Amino acid sequence: MQQLQDFISYFENSGLADNIRENDVLFPLIESMHVVAICLVVGSILVVDLRLLGLASIHRSLSRVTSGILPLTWSAFAVAVTSGLLLFISNATKYLGNGYFVAKICLICAAGLNMAIFHGISAKDLPRWENETLLPLPARLAGGLSILLWVSVVICGRWIGFTMRVQ
Amino acid sequence: MNDSGLSEFCKWLAATPLSHTIQSAGWIIPTLQTIHILSVAVVFSSAILVDLRIWRLLERDVPLPEIARRFLPTIWPVLLILLLTGSLLIVGEPRRSLLNSTFYLKMALLAVAIMLTAGLQRSISSSSIFWDKDRWRRMAGQFAATVSILVWCSILFAGRWIAYTQAG
Repeated sequence: MQQLQDFISYFENSGLADNIRENDVLFPLIESMHVVAICLVVGSILVVDLRLLGLASIHRSLSRVTSGILPLTWSAFAVAVTSGLLLFISNATKYLGNGYFVAKICLICAAGLNMAIFHGISAKDLPRWENETLLPLPARLAGGLSILLWVSVVICGRWIGFTMRVQ
Repeated sequence: MNDSGLSEFCKWLAATPLSHTIQSAGWIIPTLQTIHILSVAVVFSSAILVDLRIWRLLERDVPLPEIARRFLPTIWPVLLILLLTGSLLIVGEPRRSLLNSTFYLKMALLAVAIMLTAGLQRSISSSSIFWDKDRWRRMAGQFAATVSILVWCSILFAGRWIAYTQAG
């Protein structure tokens, strides 16, 4: 635990973190990039989730939908994580003390886990059923859960701004 | 309306019962903002997906008209949710946006984005090869898609910036 704290304060005390904290433009700029990236992650993953639920893109197989959409999702996710890390190190201690921030990170991990479980276990025999409009229950569950988790991520993200004074 | 008139209007709006209700409970504004940002995610992603398809960066195996039919119609009803939540946010905190030039910039950019998106939707549905007829059309399509991406991104930036430029 002590090592983690040292590790975090090393970044929090870096010149980069100092710049983000003190500069009037840098923080809003990174924050805006974070919002753009999060919007793309949530919006694009919703396309896949709605296909899993059988509510949209039903004339395309699941793998064609994912191979078409997920490259955008992953690119946006990379930007969201990078910008998020930069915002985090500017005030790491305060963020770690904020319940909504901690919840947000847990929810993102849960969303990742949901996806991993779906791909690893439920989607083993994917070619057999992926062309159907109504997918098997585990697939629909994964889609519904993904929507709930990502909406919760956005809720927590917005609430961080109301429960934590950064500047 | 001159500046002091606008200021009076904000004062009047902030004194309405609806504004009082929105201000009185601490959870209402964050909730409205969350619904607003989730709707932004849907509208923004729909527009960007079509723009990226025009650039042939994703879903190349699907014809452009099909992509446009899949994603663009969603934008219009969700814009109504944005209008509603946005209006309620203005009623709750009139000075935050109405006395803020960033807000007007955002609205101007939104007008451009709406016209561009409606134009793209109409042109694609009028002819399936509208943006594919020849080299010039393809370049024009890519130009329109680039402007669309830039304008939509600017709207999101301006939206975030309202919080940093609000009048005291």
